[in-house]
Amino acid sequence: MTEILELTAAAAAERVRAGELDPAELFDAYRERAAAEELNAFTWVADGPPANGDYSSAPLGGVPLAVKDLFCTEGVPSQAGSKILEGYRPPYTATVVRKLAQAGAPLLGKTNQDEFAMGSSNENSGFGPVLNPWDRTRVPGGSSGGSAAAVAAGLAPWAIGTDTGGSIRQPAALCGIVGLKPTYGACSRYGMIAFASSLDQAGPLTRDVTDAALLFSRMVGRDHCDSTSLEFPGELTLPKAQDLKGIRLGVPEELTGDTGGVEPGVRESFEATLKLAEGLGATIEPCQLPHAPHALSAYYLIAPAEASANLARFDGVRYGLRVDGDKDLLTMYAHTRAAGFGPEVKRRIMLGTYALSSGYYDAYYGTAQKVRTKISEDFRAAFERFDFVVTPTSPWTAFELGAKTDDPLAMYLNDFCTVPMPLAGIPAISIPSGLSDDLPVGFQLAGPAFSEQRLLDAAYALERAIGFDGSSARR
Amino acid sequence: MLDRDQVLHVARLARLELNDAEVERMASELSHVLDHIEKIGELDLEGVPPTSHVVDVTNALRQDVPVPSFPRDVILAAAPEPLEGGFGVPSPGASPE
Repeated sequence: MTEILELTAAAAAERVRAGELDPAELFDAYRERAAAEELNAFTWVADGPPANGDYSSAPLGGVPLAVKDLFCTEGVPSQAGSKILEGYRPPYTATVVRKLAQAGAPLLGKTNQDEFAMGSSNENSGFGPVLNPWDRTRVPGGSSGGSAAAVAAGLAPWAIGTDTGGSIRQPAALCGIVGLKPTYGACSRYGMIAFASSLDQAGPLTRDVTDAALLFSRMVGRDHCDSTSLEFPGELTLPKAQDLKGIRLGVPEELTGDTGGVEPGVRESFEATLKLAEGLGATIEPCQLPHAPHALSAYYLIAPAEASANLARFDGVRYGLRVDGDKDLLTMYAHTRAAGFGPEVKRRIMLGTYALSSGYYDAYYGTAQKVRTKISEDFRAAFERFDFVVTPTSPWTAFELGAKTDDPLAMYLNDFCTVPMPLAGIPAISIPSGLSDDLPVGFQLAGPAFSEQRLLDAAYALERAIGFDGSSARR
Repeated sequence: MLDRDQVLHVARLARLELNDAEVERMASELSHVLDHIEKIGELDLEGVPPTSHVVDVTNALRQDVPVPSFPRDVILAAAPEPLEGGFGVPSPGASPE
Protein backbone atom coordinates (compact mmCIF):
# COMPACT_ATOMS: atom_id res chain seq x y z
CA MET A 1 0.00 0.00 0.00
CA THR A 2 2.73 2.45 0.98
CA GLU A 3 4.30 1.86 -2.39
CA ILE A 4 1.07 2.58 -4.26
CA LEU A 5 0.48 5.65 -2.11
CA GLU A 6 3.84 7.12 -3.00
CA LEU A 7 3.22 6.90 -6.75
CA THR A 8 2.04 10.05 -8.48
CA ALA A 9 -1.11 9.59 -10.57
CA ALA A 10 0.89 9.76 -13.80
CA ALA A 11 3.35 7.13 -12.53
CA ALA A 12 0.49 4.88 -11.38
CA ALA A 13 -1.20 5.22 -14.80
CA GLU A 14 2.03 4.23 -16.49
CA ARG A 15 2.40 1.12 -14.28
CA VAL A 16 -1.18 0.07 -15.01
CA ARG A 17 -0.64 0.43 -18.75
CA ALA A 18 2.61 -1.54 -18.50
CA GLY A 19 0.73 -4.35 -16.73
CA GLU A 20 2.75 -3.87 -13.53
CA LEU A 21 -0.12 -2.65 -11.37
CA ASP A 22 -3.62 -4.08 -11.13
CA PRO A 23 -6.08 -1.18 -11.55
CA ALA A 24 -8.59 -2.91 -9.23
CA GLU A 25 -5.90 -3.10 -6.52
CA LEU A 26 -5.10 0.58 -7.10
CA PHE A 27 -8.77 1.54 -6.85
CA ASP A 28 -9.32 -0.52 -3.69
CA ALA A 29 -6.23 0.90 -2.01
CA TYR A 30 -7.57 4.42 -2.38
CA ARG A 31 -11.18 3.39 -1.79
CA GLU A 32 -10.22 1.98 1.61
CA ARG A 33 -8.35 5.14 2.56
CA ALA A 34 -11.19 7.38 1.36
CA ALA A 35 -13.82 5.32 3.22
CA ALA A 36 -11.83 5.43 6.47
CA GLU A 37 -10.80 9.09 6.32
CA GLU A 38 -11.18 11.46 9.27
CA LEU A 39 -10.85 14.83 7.52
CA ASN A 40 -14.49 14.95 6.31
CA ALA A 41 -13.05 15.38 2.81
CA PHE A 42 -15.55 13.04 1.16
CA THR A 43 -19.34 13.28 1.06
CA TRP A 44 -19.68 9.96 -0.81
CA VAL A 45 -17.28 7.12 -1.65
CA ALA A 46 -17.77 4.51 -4.40
CA ASP A 47 -18.40 0.87 -3.41
CA GLY A 48 -15.83 -0.41 -5.83
CA PRO A 49 -14.25 0.07 -9.23
CA PRO A 50 -16.57 0.09 -12.23
CA ALA A 51 -17.06 -3.28 -13.95
CA ASN A 52 -15.11 -4.04 -17.15
CA GLY A 53 -12.21 -1.83 -16.17
CA ASP A 54 -9.66 -2.48 -18.88
CA TYR A 55 -7.18 0.34 -18.68
CA SER A 56 -4.28 -1.24 -20.60
CA SER A 57 -4.43 1.51 -23.21
CA ALA A 58 -6.31 4.21 -21.29
CA PRO A 59 -4.49 7.56 -21.14
CA LEU A 60 -5.40 7.96 -17.46
CA GLY A 61 -4.64 4.32 -16.65
CA GLY A 62 -7.56 3.60 -14.32
CA VAL A 63 -6.27 6.00 -11.67
CA PRO A 64 -9.35 6.84 -9.55
CA LEU A 65 -10.60 10.41 -9.39
CA ALA A 66 -12.10 12.44 -6.55
CA VAL A 67 -14.74 14.85 -7.81
CA LYS A 68 -16.01 18.00 -6.11
CA ASP A 69 -19.59 17.53 -4.96
CA LEU A 70 -21.00 20.18 -7.34
CA PHE A 71 -20.26 18.13 -10.47
CA CYS A 72 -23.41 16.24 -11.40
CA THR A 73 -22.74 12.51 -11.50
CA GLU A 74 -25.51 10.19 -12.60
CA GLY A 75 -27.13 8.29 -9.77
CA VAL A 76 -24.61 9.56 -7.22
CA PRO A 77 -25.32 12.22 -4.56
CA SER A 78 -24.45 15.65 -6.04
CA GLN A 79 -25.33 18.26 -3.47
CA ALA A 80 -22.93 21.16 -4.03
CA GLY A 81 -22.30 21.10 -0.29
CA SER A 82 -25.86 22.29 0.36
CA LYS A 83 -28.64 20.98 2.55
CA ILE A 84 -31.09 22.23 -0.08
CA LEU A 85 -29.82 19.45 -2.38
CA GLU A 86 -29.30 16.80 0.29
CA GLY A 87 -29.58 13.35 -1.28
CA TYR A 88 -30.08 14.72 -4.81
CA ARG A 89 -28.98 12.18 -7.43
CA PRO A 90 -28.87 13.74 -10.90
CA PRO A 91 -30.01 11.83 -14.00
CA TYR A 92 -26.86 12.79 -15.95
CA THR A 93 -23.10 13.29 -15.58
CA ALA A 94 -21.12 16.52 -16.05
CA THR A 95 -19.13 16.63 -19.29
CA VAL A 96 -15.67 16.81 -17.68
CA VAL A 97 -16.41 13.89 -15.33
CA ARG A 98 -17.67 11.83 -18.28
CA LYS A 99 -14.62 12.72 -20.38
CA LEU A 100 -12.22 11.80 -17.58
CA ALA A 101 -14.02 8.49 -16.96
CA GLN A 102 -13.80 7.70 -20.67
CA ALA A 103 -10.08 8.49 -20.62
CA GLY A 104 -9.63 6.04 -17.75
CA ALA A 105 -10.17 7.91 -14.47
CA PRO A 106 -13.09 6.18 -12.70
CA LEU A 107 -15.05 7.98 -10.00
CA LEU A 108 -13.61 7.33 -6.52
CA GLY A 109 -15.89 9.66 -4.59
CA LYS A 110 -17.45 13.09 -4.22
CA THR A 111 -15.62 15.69 -2.16
CA ASN A 112 -16.85 18.16 0.41
CA GLN A 113 -16.90 21.85 -0.46
CA ASP A 114 -18.18 25.22 0.66
CA GLU A 115 -21.90 25.42 -0.10
CA PHE A 116 -22.38 26.27 -3.78
CA ALA A 117 -18.61 26.99 -3.88
CA MET A 118 -19.03 30.13 -1.77
CA GLY A 119 -16.17 30.26 0.68
CA SER A 120 -12.43 30.23 1.22
CA SER A 121 -12.22 27.83 4.18
CA ASN A 122 -14.70 24.99 3.59
CA GLU A 123 -16.45 26.01 6.81
CA ASN A 124 -19.55 26.92 4.79
CA SER A 125 -20.35 23.32 3.85
CA GLY A 126 -23.80 22.06 4.80
CA PHE A 127 -22.05 18.80 5.69
CA GLY A 128 -19.44 20.09 8.12
CA PRO A 129 -15.97 21.58 7.68
CA VAL A 130 -12.99 19.76 6.15
CA LEU A 131 -9.79 19.52 8.18
CA ASN A 132 -6.36 20.36 6.80
CA PRO A 133 -4.15 17.21 6.75
CA TRP A 134 -1.08 19.31 7.70
CA ASP A 135 -2.77 20.46 10.90
CA ARG A 136 -6.24 19.26 11.77
CA THR A 137 -7.06 22.37 13.78
CA ARG A 138 -6.83 24.38 10.57
CA VAL A 139 -8.92 24.88 7.43
CA PRO A 140 -7.95 23.34 4.08
CA GLY A 141 -9.03 26.46 2.18
CA GLY A 142 -11.99 26.57 -0.11
CA SER A 143 -14.17 26.17 -1.84
CA SER A 144 -12.62 22.97 -3.28
CA GLY A 145 -11.30 22.09 0.20
CA GLY A 146 -12.38 18.45 0.14
CA SER A 147 -10.62 17.82 -3.16
CA ALA A 148 -7.45 19.57 -1.95
CA ALA A 149 -7.38 17.81 1.43
CA ALA A 150 -8.07 14.42 -0.21
CA VAL A 151 -5.12 14.74 -2.60
CA ALA A 152 -2.77 16.18 0.03
CA ALA A 153 -3.62 13.42 2.51
CA GLY A 154 -3.27 10.64 -0.07
CA LEU A 155 -6.97 9.75 0.13
CA ALA A 156 -7.19 10.22 -3.63
CA PRO A 157 -4.48 10.16 -6.31
CA TRP A 158 -5.96 13.26 -7.98
CA ALA A 159 -9.08 15.36 -7.99
CA ILE A 160 -11.05 17.99 -9.83
CA GLY A 161 -12.59 21.14 -8.45
CA THR A 162 -13.91 24.45 -9.68
CA ASP A 163 -12.46 27.94 -9.41
CA THR A 164 -14.60 31.09 -9.49
CA GLY A 165 -12.42 33.50 -7.49
CA GLY A 166 -9.65 31.16 -6.30
CA SER A 167 -11.50 28.00 -5.25
CA ILE A 168 -8.95 25.64 -6.84
CA ARG A 169 -5.75 27.62 -6.33
CA GLN A 170 -6.24 28.76 -2.71
CA PRO A 171 -7.07 25.32 -1.21
CA ALA A 172 -4.25 23.83 -3.30
CA ALA A 173 -1.90 26.39 -1.72
CA LEU A 174 -3.15 25.79 1.83
CA CYS A 175 -2.85 22.00 1.41
CA GLY A 176 0.54 21.94 -0.33
CA ILE A 177 -0.57 20.60 -3.72
CA VAL A 178 -0.90 21.84 -7.31
CA GLY A 179 -4.07 23.54 -8.56
CA LEU A 180 -4.78 24.84 -12.06
CA LYS A 181 -7.55 27.27 -12.96
CA PRO A 182 -7.83 27.04 -16.75
CA THR A 183 -8.74 29.74 -19.25
CA TYR A 184 -12.45 30.49 -19.16
CA GLY A 185 -14.07 28.28 -21.81
CA ALA A 186 -11.28 25.66 -21.90
CA CYS A 187 -13.41 23.10 -20.03
CA SER A 188 -17.14 22.56 -20.38
CA ARG A 189 -19.27 23.78 -17.50
CA TYR A 190 -22.11 21.41 -18.42
CA GLY A 191 -23.24 19.59 -15.31
CA MET A 192 -21.46 21.90 -12.87
CA ILE A 193 -23.99 23.26 -10.39
CA ALA A 194 -23.52 26.94 -11.21
CA PHE A 195 -22.23 29.64 -8.88
CA ALA A 196 -21.17 32.56 -11.14
CA SER A 197 -21.49 31.50 -14.76
CA SER A 198 -19.13 34.07 -16.29
CA LEU A 199 -16.33 33.05 -13.89
CA ASP A 200 -16.72 29.32 -13.02
CA GLN A 201 -14.11 26.96 -14.46
CA ALA A 202 -13.28 23.33 -13.71
CA GLY A 203 -9.67 22.33 -13.18
CA PRO A 204 -7.32 19.72 -11.66
CA LEU A 205 -5.99 19.49 -8.09
CA THR A 206 -2.99 17.17 -8.06
CA ARG A 207 0.15 16.10 -6.24
CA ASP A 208 2.45 17.55 -8.89
CA VAL A 209 2.51 19.57 -12.11
CA THR A 210 2.81 16.51 -14.37
CA ASP A 211 -0.39 15.04 -12.89
CA ALA A 212 -2.13 18.39 -13.43
CA ALA A 213 -1.04 18.50 -17.07
CA LEU A 214 -2.14 14.89 -17.67
CA LEU A 215 -5.57 15.38 -16.11
CA PHE A 216 -6.12 18.79 -17.71
CA SER A 217 -5.25 17.46 -21.18
CA ARG A 218 -8.30 15.17 -20.94
CA MET A 219 -10.70 17.81 -19.57
CA VAL A 220 -10.51 20.38 -22.35
CA GLY A 221 -12.56 20.82 -25.48
CA ARG A 222 -15.66 22.35 -26.93
CA ASP A 223 -18.94 20.87 -25.78
CA HIS A 224 -22.20 21.58 -27.55
CA CYS A 225 -23.90 21.51 -24.14
CA ASP A 226 -21.90 24.62 -23.05
CA SER A 227 -21.95 27.30 -25.72
CA THR A 228 -19.21 29.27 -23.91
CA SER A 229 -16.75 26.36 -24.23
CA LEU A 230 -14.03 26.50 -26.87
CA GLU A 231 -11.77 24.06 -28.69
CA PHE A 232 -8.36 24.17 -27.00
CA PRO A 233 -5.88 25.66 -29.47
CA GLY A 234 -2.75 23.58 -29.93
CA GLU A 235 -1.70 20.35 -28.30
CA LEU A 236 -1.18 19.66 -24.63
CA THR A 237 1.82 17.52 -23.73
CA LEU A 238 3.41 16.56 -20.44
CA PRO A 239 5.73 19.34 -19.25
CA LYS A 240 9.46 18.87 -19.83
CA ALA A 241 11.08 22.28 -19.34
CA GLN A 242 14.32 22.05 -17.37
CA ASP A 243 14.87 25.78 -16.97
CA LEU A 244 13.23 29.17 -17.37
CA LYS A 245 15.70 30.67 -19.84
CA GLY A 246 14.21 33.67 -21.59
CA ILE A 247 11.08 33.66 -19.39
CA ARG A 248 10.11 37.09 -18.11
CA LEU A 249 8.25 37.15 -14.79
CA GLY A 250 6.34 40.24 -13.69
CA VAL A 251 5.76 40.85 -10.00
CA PRO A 252 2.70 43.09 -9.60
CA GLU A 253 3.36 45.59 -6.85
CA GLU A 254 -0.37 45.97 -6.18
CA LEU A 255 -0.79 42.30 -5.24
CA THR A 256 2.51 41.70 -3.48
CA GLY A 257 2.90 44.95 -1.56
CA ASP A 258 1.51 45.84 1.83
CA THR A 259 -2.13 46.30 0.72
CA GLY A 260 -2.69 42.55 0.37
CA GLY A 261 -1.54 41.88 3.93
CA VAL A 262 0.87 39.14 2.89
CA GLU A 263 2.21 37.30 5.96
CA PRO A 264 5.99 37.47 6.52
CA GLY A 265 6.42 33.69 6.14
CA VAL A 266 4.51 33.72 2.87
CA ARG A 267 6.56 36.65 1.59
CA GLU A 268 9.79 34.87 2.50
CA SER A 269 8.78 31.75 0.56
CA PHE A 270 7.64 33.89 -2.39
CA GLU A 271 10.93 35.73 -2.54
CA ALA A 272 12.96 32.53 -2.20
CA THR A 273 11.01 31.11 -5.16
CA LEU A 274 11.76 34.22 -7.23
CA LYS A 275 15.46 33.62 -6.49
CA LEU A 276 15.13 30.02 -7.68
CA ALA A 277 13.39 31.22 -10.83
CA GLU A 278 16.23 33.64 -11.46
CA GLY A 279 18.68 30.79 -11.00
CA LEU A 280 16.78 28.87 -13.68
CA GLY A 281 17.31 31.74 -16.11
CA ALA A 282 14.15 33.81 -15.68
CA THR A 283 14.25 37.58 -15.53
CA ILE A 284 12.21 39.16 -12.75
CA GLU A 285 10.92 42.70 -12.74
CA PRO A 286 8.16 44.61 -11.01
CA CYS A 287 5.02 45.20 -13.08
CA GLN A 288 1.83 47.17 -12.66
CA LEU A 289 -1.75 46.00 -12.50
CA PRO A 290 -3.24 49.32 -11.39
CA HIS A 291 -6.81 48.05 -11.07
CA ALA A 292 -6.00 44.75 -9.37
CA PRO A 293 -6.64 46.11 -5.85
CA HIS A 294 -10.23 46.80 -6.98
CA ALA A 295 -10.70 43.27 -8.33
CA LEU A 296 -11.98 42.03 -4.98
CA SER A 297 -14.75 44.64 -4.93
CA ALA A 298 -15.73 43.93 -8.54
CA TYR A 299 -15.69 40.22 -7.82
CA TYR A 300 -17.90 40.53 -4.73
CA LEU A 301 -20.50 42.34 -6.83
CA ILE A 302 -20.35 40.27 -10.02
CA ALA A 303 -20.17 36.80 -8.44
CA PRO A 304 -23.03 37.33 -5.94
CA ALA A 305 -25.14 39.00 -8.66
CA GLU A 306 -24.77 35.98 -10.93
CA ALA A 307 -25.25 33.64 -7.97
CA SER A 308 -28.50 35.32 -6.95
CA ALA A 309 -29.85 34.53 -10.43
CA ASN A 310 -28.37 31.00 -10.63
CA LEU A 311 -29.66 30.02 -7.19
CA ALA A 312 -33.22 31.16 -7.99
CA ARG A 313 -33.75 27.61 -9.31
CA PHE A 314 -33.65 26.17 -5.78
CA ASP A 315 -37.28 26.79 -4.91
CA GLY A 316 -38.62 23.44 -3.74
CA VAL A 317 -40.33 22.62 -7.03
CA ARG A 318 -38.16 20.38 -9.24
CA TYR A 319 -35.56 18.87 -6.90
CA GLY A 320 -34.19 19.02 -3.41
CA LEU A 321 -35.78 20.27 -0.24
CA ARG A 322 -39.36 21.54 0.10
CA VAL A 323 -40.60 23.19 3.29
CA ASP A 324 -44.21 24.12 4.10
CA GLY A 325 -45.65 22.68 0.90
CA ASP A 326 -49.10 22.97 2.44
CA LYS A 327 -48.92 26.76 2.56
CA ASP A 328 -49.19 29.15 -0.42
CA LEU A 329 -46.58 29.17 -3.21
CA LEU A 330 -44.57 32.25 -2.18
CA THR A 331 -44.42 31.11 1.43
CA MET A 332 -43.22 27.67 0.31
CA TYR A 333 -40.44 29.31 -1.79
CA ALA A 334 -39.26 31.59 1.02
CA HIS A 335 -39.40 28.91 3.74
CA THR A 336 -37.68 26.30 1.58
CA ARG A 337 -34.82 28.69 0.79
CA ALA A 338 -34.58 29.86 4.41
CA ALA A 339 -34.25 26.26 5.63
CA GLY A 340 -32.02 24.95 2.83
CA PHE A 341 -29.38 27.66 2.40
CA GLY A 342 -26.62 28.35 4.92
CA PRO A 343 -25.63 31.82 6.20
CA GLU A 344 -22.93 32.59 3.62
CA VAL A 345 -25.15 31.62 0.69
CA LYS A 346 -27.93 33.80 2.08
CA ARG A 347 -25.45 36.66 2.45
CA ARG A 348 -24.32 36.35 -1.17
CA ILE A 349 -27.86 36.05 -2.51
CA MET A 350 -28.79 39.20 -0.57
CA LEU A 351 -25.69 41.07 -1.77
CA GLY A 352 -26.28 40.02 -5.37
CA THR A 353 -29.99 40.79 -5.33
CA TYR A 354 -29.25 44.21 -3.85
CA ALA A 355 -26.54 44.93 -6.48
CA LEU A 356 -28.99 44.08 -9.25
CA SER A 357 -32.01 45.83 -7.78
CA SER A 358 -33.66 48.81 -9.38
CA GLY A 359 -31.83 52.07 -8.60
CA TYR A 360 -28.55 50.35 -7.63
CA TYR A 361 -27.76 48.36 -10.78
CA ASP A 362 -25.58 51.02 -12.46
CA ALA A 363 -23.72 52.04 -9.32
CA TYR A 364 -22.85 48.46 -8.35
CA TYR A 365 -23.13 45.82 -11.06
CA GLY A 366 -22.56 48.25 -13.97
CA THR A 367 -19.48 49.76 -12.32
CA ALA A 368 -18.09 46.32 -11.46
CA GLN A 369 -18.36 45.28 -15.11
CA LYS A 370 -16.35 48.33 -16.14
CA VAL A 371 -13.69 47.54 -13.55
CA ARG A 372 -13.59 44.07 -15.08
CA THR A 373 -12.72 45.62 -18.44
CA LYS A 374 -9.89 47.62 -16.83
CA ILE A 375 -8.51 44.52 -15.11
CA SER A 376 -8.41 42.66 -18.44
CA GLU A 377 -6.63 45.63 -20.02
CA ASP A 378 -4.09 45.70 -17.18
CA PHE A 379 -3.23 42.04 -17.77
CA ARG A 380 -3.06 42.53 -21.53
CA ALA A 381 -0.57 45.36 -21.04
CA ALA A 382 1.48 43.29 -18.57
CA PHE A 383 1.66 40.34 -20.97
CA GLU A 384 3.18 42.56 -23.63
CA ARG A 385 6.25 42.81 -21.43
CA PHE A 386 6.07 39.59 -19.42
CA ASP A 387 5.37 35.92 -20.04
CA PHE A 388 3.74 35.44 -16.65
CA VAL A 389 2.61 37.42 -13.67
CA VAL A 390 3.56 35.85 -10.34
CA THR A 391 2.19 36.36 -6.81
CA PRO A 392 1.73 34.42 -3.60
CA THR A 393 -1.48 32.39 -4.09
CA SER A 394 -2.90 33.29 -0.71
CA PRO A 395 -1.67 36.07 1.59
CA TRP A 396 -1.84 33.60 4.50
CA THR A 397 -1.13 29.97 5.22
CA ALA A 398 -3.95 27.76 6.54
CA PHE A 399 -5.73 29.51 9.42
CA GLU A 400 -7.45 27.96 12.41
CA LEU A 401 -11.00 26.71 12.13
CA GLY A 402 -13.37 29.47 13.22
CA ALA A 403 -10.72 32.20 13.05
CA LYS A 404 -12.50 34.23 10.35
CA THR A 405 -16.09 32.99 10.41
CA ASP A 406 -17.40 36.04 12.27
CA ASP A 407 -16.02 38.53 9.77
CA PRO A 408 -17.14 37.94 6.16
CA LEU A 409 -14.93 40.75 4.83
CA ALA A 410 -11.78 39.30 6.43
CA MET A 411 -12.63 35.97 4.83
CA TYR A 412 -13.14 37.63 1.43
CA LEU A 413 -9.68 39.27 1.66
CA ASN A 414 -8.19 35.77 1.41
CA ASP A 415 -9.03 35.94 -2.32
CA PHE A 416 -7.03 39.14 -2.88
CA CYS A 417 -4.42 37.55 -5.16
CA THR A 418 -6.70 35.05 -6.90
CA VAL A 419 -9.78 37.05 -8.03
CA PRO A 420 -8.17 39.23 -10.73
CA MET A 421 -7.46 36.22 -13.03
CA PRO A 422 -10.99 34.83 -13.36
CA LEU A 423 -12.31 38.36 -13.91
CA ALA A 424 -9.97 38.50 -16.93
CA GLY A 425 -10.70 34.86 -17.87
CA ILE A 426 -6.99 33.96 -17.85
CA PRO A 427 -5.35 30.76 -16.55
CA ALA A 428 -3.31 30.55 -13.35
CA ILE A 429 -1.59 27.76 -11.46
CA SER A 430 -0.62 27.41 -7.82
CA ILE A 431 2.33 25.22 -6.84
CA PRO A 432 3.69 24.58 -3.35
CA SER A 433 6.75 26.77 -2.76
CA GLY A 434 7.70 25.58 0.71
CA LEU A 435 6.60 25.64 4.33
CA SER A 436 6.10 28.49 6.75
CA ASP A 437 5.79 27.32 10.37
CA ASP A 438 5.18 23.79 9.06
CA LEU A 439 2.30 24.95 6.85
CA PRO A 440 2.39 24.95 3.02
CA VAL A 441 2.73 28.17 1.01
CA GLY A 442 1.49 28.53 -2.57
CA PHE A 443 3.21 30.32 -5.47
CA GLN A 444 0.94 31.51 -8.29
CA LEU A 445 1.79 31.99 -11.97
CA ALA A 446 -0.78 33.55 -14.32
CA GLY A 447 -0.51 33.76 -18.11
CA PRO A 448 -2.52 34.97 -21.11
CA ALA A 449 -5.63 33.10 -22.28
CA PHE A 450 -4.83 29.55 -23.48
CA SER A 451 -1.19 29.72 -22.34
CA GLU A 452 -1.66 26.58 -20.19
CA GLN A 453 1.07 24.59 -21.94
CA ARG A 454 3.69 27.28 -21.28
CA LEU A 455 2.31 27.82 -17.78
CA LEU A 456 2.59 24.11 -16.95
CA ASP A 457 6.11 23.97 -18.41
CA ALA A 458 7.28 26.90 -16.31
CA ALA A 459 5.58 25.51 -13.19
CA TYR A 460 7.26 22.16 -13.83
CA ALA A 461 10.75 23.65 -14.04
CA LEU A 462 10.09 25.63 -10.88
CA GLU A 463 8.62 22.62 -9.07
CA ARG A 464 11.81 20.64 -9.69
CA ALA A 465 13.94 23.47 -8.37
CA ILE A 466 11.76 23.89 -5.26
CA GLY A 467 11.72 20.16 -4.47
CA PHE A 468 8.70 20.40 -2.16
CA ASP A 469 8.04 17.22 -0.18
CA GLY A 470 4.38 16.70 0.70
CA SER A 471 4.73 13.13 1.95
CA SER A 472 4.32 13.99 5.64
CA ALA A 473 0.67 15.03 5.02
CA ARG A 474 0.02 11.53 3.64
CA ARG A 475 1.48 10.03 6.86
CA MET B 1 -25.59 51.70 4.96
CA LEU B 2 -28.48 49.28 4.71
CA ASP B 3 -31.40 49.65 7.08
CA ARG B 4 -33.91 47.08 8.24
CA ASP B 5 -36.53 47.98 5.63
CA GLN B 6 -34.04 47.70 2.78
CA VAL B 7 -32.93 44.28 4.01
CA LEU B 8 -36.54 43.10 4.16
CA HIS B 9 -37.21 44.50 0.67
CA VAL B 10 -34.20 42.69 -0.81
CA ALA B 11 -35.13 39.48 1.05
CA ARG B 12 -38.59 39.63 -0.51
CA LEU B 13 -37.05 40.08 -3.97
CA ALA B 14 -34.79 37.07 -3.29
CA ARG B 15 -37.70 34.94 -1.99
CA LEU B 16 -35.83 34.43 1.26
CA GLU B 17 -37.47 34.38 4.67
CA LEU B 18 -35.21 35.96 7.30
CA ASN B 19 -35.87 35.92 11.04
CA ASP B 20 -35.35 39.04 13.16
CA ALA B 21 -31.83 38.08 14.21
CA GLU B 22 -30.87 37.42 10.58
CA VAL B 23 -32.25 40.78 9.48
CA GLU B 24 -30.16 42.55 12.12
CA ARG B 25 -27.01 40.63 11.24
CA MET B 26 -27.54 40.99 7.50
CA ALA B 27 -27.95 44.78 7.78
CA SER B 28 -24.67 45.15 9.64
CA GLU B 29 -22.65 42.58 7.67
CA LEU B 30 -23.80 43.76 4.25
CA SER B 31 -23.18 47.38 5.20
CA HIS B 32 -19.65 46.50 6.27
CA VAL B 33 -18.97 44.66 3.00
CA LEU B 34 -20.58 47.40 0.87
CA ASP B 35 -18.44 50.06 2.60
CA HIS B 36 -15.40 48.25 1.25
CA ILE B 37 -16.88 47.54 -2.17
CA GLU B 38 -18.08 51.10 -2.72
CA LYS B 39 -14.49 52.26 -3.14
CA ILE B 40 -14.77 51.29 -6.81
CA GLY B 41 -17.15 54.24 -7.16
CA GLU B 42 -14.09 56.50 -6.81
CA LEU B 43 -12.50 55.18 -10.03
CA ASP B 44 -12.75 57.22 -13.20
CA LEU B 45 -14.56 54.83 -15.52
CA GLU B 46 -16.01 57.38 -17.93
CA GLY B 47 -16.40 55.79 -21.37
CA VAL B 48 -15.15 52.33 -20.27
CA PRO B 49 -17.26 49.59 -21.87
CA PRO B 50 -18.60 46.95 -19.46
CA THR B 51 -17.40 43.32 -19.68
CA SER B 52 -20.15 40.77 -19.19
CA HIS B 53 -18.20 37.91 -20.70
CA VAL B 54 -14.48 37.39 -21.27
CA VAL B 55 -14.72 34.95 -24.16
CA ASP B 56 -14.93 36.50 -27.57
CA VAL B 57 -17.83 34.41 -28.84
CA THR B 58 -21.05 35.71 -30.28
CA ASN B 59 -23.96 33.56 -31.38
CA ALA B 60 -22.72 30.04 -30.74
CA LEU B 61 -24.96 28.31 -33.26
CA ARG B 62 -25.66 24.66 -33.92
CA GLN B 63 -27.96 22.63 -36.13
CA ASP B 64 -31.51 22.48 -34.82
CA VAL B 65 -31.67 18.71 -34.63
CA PRO B 66 -34.32 17.20 -32.35
CA VAL B 67 -32.93 14.68 -29.88
CA PRO B 68 -34.84 12.74 -27.25
CA SER B 69 -34.95 14.44 -23.85
CA PHE B 70 -34.99 12.66 -20.49
CA PRO B 71 -38.02 10.46 -19.87
CA ARG B 72 -40.60 12.26 -17.74
CA ASP B 73 -40.39 9.76 -14.87
CA VAL B 74 -36.60 10.16 -14.62
CA ILE B 75 -36.92 13.90 -14.10
CA LEU B 76 -39.89 13.63 -11.78
CA ALA B 77 -38.01 11.12 -9.63
CA ALA B 78 -36.11 14.05 -8.08
CA ALA B 79 -39.18 16.23 -7.52
CA PRO B 80 -40.38 16.75 -3.94
CA GLU B 81 -44.01 16.34 -5.03
CA PRO B 82 -44.64 14.85 -8.47
CA LEU B 83 -48.30 15.23 -9.40
CA GLU B 84 -50.17 13.83 -12.39
CA GLY B 85 -47.04 13.73 -14.56
CA GLY B 86 -45.90 17.23 -13.55
CA PHE B 87 -44.37 19.17 -10.66
CA GLY B 88 -46.91 19.67 -7.91
CA VAL B 89 -46.86 23.12 -6.30
CA PRO B 90 -49.05 24.79 -3.71
CA SER B 91 -51.66 27.10 -5.13
CA PRO B 92 -50.40 30.67 -5.54
CA GLY B 93 -53.83 31.75 -4.37
CA ALA B 94 -53.85 29.85 -1.08
CA SER B 95 -54.07 32.29 1.78
CA PRO B 96 -50.66 33.00 3.32
CA GLU B 97 -50.13 32.46 7.02
